[in-house]
Amino acid sequence: MTKYFKPGVFVLSTIPFVLIVYKIFYNKLGPEPVKEITHFTGEWTLIFICLTLAMSPLKRFTNFNFWIKIRRMLGLFVFFYASLHLLTYVGIDYRFSLQPIFDDVVKKKYIFVGFAAWILLIPLTITSSQKMMFLLKQNWKKLHRLIYVIAILGSLHFIWLSKTIYFKPLIYFVLITVLLVLRINFKRIFNK
Amino acid sequence: MKKIKYSEITPEKIYKNRRSFVKSLGLGAGSIAISSIPFLNNASAKNRDELTSYKDITTYNNYYEFGTSKSDPYRNSQIFKTTPWEIAIEGEVEKPIKLSMEEISEMFVSEERIYRLRCVEGWSMVIPWMGFSLSKLLSKVNPTNKAKFVEFESIYDPAQMKGQRYPVLNWPYNEGLRLDEAMHPLTTVVTGLYGKKLPNQNAPLRIFIPWKYGFKSAKAIVKIKFVENMPTSSWMWASPREYGFYSNVNPNVDHPRWSQATERIIGEGVWAPRVKTLMFNGYGDEVANLYAGMDLKKYF
Repeated sequence: MTKYFKPGVFVLSTIPFVLIVYKIFYNKLGPEPVKEITHFTGEWTLIFICLTLAMSPLKRFTNFNFWIKIRRMLGLFVFFYASLHLLTYVGIDYRFSLQPIFDDVVKKKYIFVGFAAWILLIPLTITSSQKMMFLLKQNWKKLHRLIYVIAILGSLHFIWLSKTIYFKPLIYFVLITVLLVLRINFKRIFNK
Repeated sequence: MKKIKYSEITPEKIYKNRRSFVKSLGLGAGSIAISSIPFLNNASAKNRDELTSYKDITTYNNYYEFGTSKSDPYRNSQIFKTTPWEIAIEGEVEKPIKLSMEEISEMFVSEERIYRLRCVEGWSMVIPWMGFSLSKLLSKVNPTNKAKFVEFESIYDPAQMKGQRYPVLNWPYNEGLRLDEAMHPLTTVVTGLYGKKLPNQNAPLRIFIPWKYGFKSAKAIVKIKFVENMPTSSWMWASPREYGFYSNVNPNVDHPRWSQATERIIGEGVWAPRVKTLMFNGYGDEVANLYAGMDLKKYF
């Protein structure tokens, strides 16, 4: 039974992708389609960041190893949806005209942090394999703590692009903060 | 001799048109090639004066009184009561007046006015409003010589307006214009849309200032006040660094967090390019003189 879990999670994780492709081809994106694709892929990136971050705490609370087994895959889906998000912005929205994109990355803080988060995802994706884990030994764990930074940048990216204080970006911010706080080993801190 | 099957013979009609057929193939391939070069097609979207559909105009709105999502205003304004409605014109005037919506529609003749709308978020529409110049309404009172600005106050009614139950903005919605901006013939009191009565999310009375970002055009106005000092609008209150009093459409002055150089036309497909935003939203000939000698980067 448990051997079906992982492929099952994989199939579930592709549903947002299938959905957005369907919406593009059947014109179901509403009056501002490009914005819709951008927001959709962006939000799913954040959801997968939260899911990835939730796996270690879940393992600790449930003592069930299954969570760790799907963690890598969820992390790779973060990169997948983040790349779709970036590609929508660069390719569909700005049609690869690099000057305005470059201006945005340099001048606009929400684009800067978003782009930085995507760049930081690259080394994590490259070193995600079993082999790399083995090669990097102790450093692998240190390197992969970058996901904490990426998560914070991602939620700032959402907060800073909103016109005023909205409910949704704040939910992700709170969620990510909680998931990060769960990792702090309070026992160790207080025993010192 | 090799036998040729009937299906392999080109029909006469296509044969006769073979040159134009080949030409159109070439043109098609050529235009695909050109359109895939990003720098060439930055401003080559469809005619930017084409009217936005009634559906998009009435279901894709920013109206935080009814919720922050674009589809909220249409949905949540269905129960909004727009009659009776009264507007007070007061402040620095010799004799304040109150006018009912019925009196206003009897007093002034509305005409069709097709204007572009540019939202500060970077999208635009072309809307066939019905309306008349605000100056006509304002001429019903005599402002004192202290009057320098005009302030617009929208209705405050959280029972009907869900969004007002949350401190998204400093309710009631407040906007303002300099007196000469308010008296400009392009500044419009809107009474209808597409030749029909205004739907609830615009009714019963809103203003429209085509050369300014959309949020300057306040809706559901109950009070128009002549004042001496520059009013603080709701958006200035929310973030003075980002939303200035003037808020003229200006591709050269970015919002601090995003660019204003280009915009997306509402209702276009996924593959349509952005178009360049025009200075004063394309109404520079009519309004640029209002700002002669002003540093528009400073007075954004």
